[in-house]
Amino acid sequence: MKFNKFNLLILLIVLALPLVTACSTTEPAPAEEPAPVEEPAEEPAEEPQPADDYQELTNTELILATTTSTENSGLLDFILPIFNEMFGIETKVVAVGTGAALQMGVDGEADVILAHAKAQEEELVTNGDTLERFDVMYNDFIIVGPPSDPAGLAENAPADVNAGYVLIAENEAPFVSRGDNSGTHIMELSLWESSGVGTPAGDWYIEAGQGMGDVILMASEMEAYTMTDRATYLAMKDDVDLEIVLEGDETLFNQYGVMAVNPDKGDHINYPAAERFVDWILAPETQELISEFGVEEYGEPLFFPNAK
Amino acid sequence: MDNFVSGFQDAIQLIISLDPEFFEIVRLSMVVSLTATFLAAIVAIPFGTWLGIKDFPGKRLLVRIIYTLMSMPPVVIGLVLFLLFLRNGPLGEFRLNFTATAMIIAQFVLVTPIITGVVFNGTKDRGPDIQALARTMGASPTQTVWLLIKELRINILSAVVTGYGRAMSEVGAVMVVGGNIKGHTRIMTTTIAMLRNMGEYSLAIATGIVLLLISFIINSLLYHWQQER
Repeated sequence: MKFNKFNLLILLIVLALPLVTACSTTEPAPAEEPAPVEEPAEEPAEEPQPADDYQELTNTELILATTTSTENSGLLDFILPIFNEMFGIETKVVAVGTGAALQMGVDGEADVILAHAKAQEEELVTNGDTLERFDVMYNDFIIVGPPSDPAGLAENAPADVNAGYVLIAENEAPFVSRGDNSGTHIMELSLWESSGVGTPAGDWYIEAGQGMGDVILMASEMEAYTMTDRATYLAMKDDVDLEIVLEGDETLFNQYGVMAVNPDKGDHINYPAAERFVDWILAPETQELISEFGVEEYGEPLFFPNAK
Repeated sequence: MDNFVSGFQDAIQLIISLDPEFFEIVRLSMVVSLTATFLAAIVAIPFGTWLGIKDFPGKRLLVRIIYTLMSMPPVVIGLVLFLLFLRNGPLGEFRLNFTATAMIIAQFVLVTPIITGVVFNGTKDRGPDIQALARTMGASPTQTVWLLIKELRINILSAVVTGYGRAMSEVGAVMVVGGNIKGHTRIMTTTIAMLRNMGEYSLAIATGIVLLLISFIINSLLYHWQQER
């Protein structure tokens, strides 16, 4: 083919196509919407707080930093559209590991954080990186494993997590760990301690360094055990070959918390949107919505709201 | 900027302290990429050379396919292999998922078209002349091939270097088929992705710096070797 003007034109058109389609889906930048969004007057009952008490909303983009577990559950896909519509806000969910989500708060890269690592979250409050932390909902951790259950958890320790961990270690049954200092990982490590096993070591202990969804996939493929939050497991259980072998132990409690990033960090922090989000997620109507999530599809709720 | 500065400091710290976990990650990165590139070179160099001098029906289509494969998204390669290697999948019996072997295979698939393409490109211009010369001197087919490789070795070397660079910098495919498992499939690129996800930006930068350093050293050696006649 000759490198002539015609061919060059065709090449440029092909390369430019993605740009054209991308342009049509780009939202207008916040700077183009200077007028504050007015709360819909016909729905006063659904608002957690009279519109006057909130700061004026000038930026309609809210950056929510959360964890991979939270996103993998599908809860946010379920409840966020309602928030977005009610306030005219566009929420951008950044789902990363617990460490990165909290770091985004420290760096002022996010406006609000939703995580499940209470102790670490409270550090941010103490350091002034975020404003007050509120309990939102909880679910529980469970241990899942291959249907064959080689370490015999379902039979011998269906509801005693310390005994379960001992069984896994004694049998050197393959166990996949998050290995990433996430809320889930920290819970797992504390359980190895409390069960008396100490620091797990050996080829059977697989440290993945990935998100919960990836770890579940890995456990399924390797016919290994892993500890997961119930929500992520339920969201994935049809795609994997794992069953719940241990559940219901009181220590397997997984508390989710929300907190707005401190607006002192700079003008770029969208506190008006963040405060609306915090109030909304704690409001009775939203809490009820959270309790309904997953019931139809999985036969049980994935999260239990417990905002005070 | 703090992240970059402390990243630099962390890099020096990691290297000096001879941190065993870190060095294992570096070692595995190099083993996987060097093995994959070596295997790819064994296949791609003869094939690319042959393609450069031989004409046959359908050659133009084949060349276009190779050029397309050269820019195949690595994560797609990783996904396809992952599905093939699934326990219940067609190659499930080999239990390749989450192994270093799978990572080598992924990088091999990625790098072979690249080396082939570059060798082909370098051969198609000068190859036929060299081949004609060989024929006038009465060389056998084997001797001809050997002569071709000798004469075109600079281009072949740059093809291998390109392939190796591609392998070392890959993260998508190896993350999918490898799983970033500590001590088994964790390499520098997957470590960087993981550290970023943990909010450990400084260590992530440090790993990146070491990765670049190694790349620079290897490329320097190859360049030096290439200059010597």
